[in-house]
Amino acid sequence: MNMSRIVRTVADISFPFILIYGFYIVVHGHLTPGGGFQGGAVIATGIVLLVAAHGHEAVARQITGNLLKNAETFGLLLFIITALIAILLGQGFFTNWLANTGMLFGTPVAFGPGPGDLNTAGVIPIMNIAVGIEVLGALSIILYYMLSGAQEAR
Amino acid sequence: MIEVIAHTCIIAGLIISAAMIVRFRDLISAAIAFGVFSFLLSLEFYILQAPDVAIAEAGIGAGLTTAIFIIAIRAVGRDEEVEE
Repeated sequence: MNMSRIVRTVADISFPFILIYGFYIVVHGHLTPGGGFQGGAVIATGIVLLVAAHGHEAVARQITGNLLKNAETFGLLLFIITALIAILLGQGFFTNWLANTGMLFGTPVAFGPGPGDLNTAGVIPIMNIAVGIEVLGALSIILYYMLSGAQEAR
Repeated sequence: MIEVIAHTCIIAGLIISAAMIVRFRDLISAAIAFGVFSFLLSLEFYILQAPDVAIAEAGIGAGLTTAIFIIAIRAVGRDEEVEE
């Protein structure tokens, strides 16, 4: 299943822009509309575009199913470990232990309206990134299994 | 005023595309009409000031669901069987 050269070229050109837009939505999850789920869905849509243009086998050679499974597991582990570290520090489960500490994502929020600072909000950006990685892997692996089932049926 | 006009156009497009999904015998055409329906629905969410839901609807509804429908249609055949 190969599309024409026009479709393949347009998919190759627009794939990096879709990828960058998805990562933008994930990373800016605590400032603008969107978040981990929406950004991961946008990135998975980019992978769907590649699969539709080049065929399943050509894409699965570069982005293997094992890689996507590992991405899903890594996202879930990052999410739950970030929540569990708060217990080790003597606070409650899911406590925002990074906010206002001056470390990563720890800048105190300036008072009043403003454009928003990316380096704020504590563990919320980390959990957004974890959910983004997890949704990207999960939605793509659903599509891969749909494709393998469709090939068996033929 | 412009919001009322945009609202009317989008809702009319939603009703028309939903009727097309039901009426089409060609399943690929019905899947594409479903993608148009999802896109108009995400525009409607954006006008109703829910940009979060609009991004999710555009990504899942117009992108992934249409692709999964088209994969399934290519496996089972393109034409709907008419039962009399």
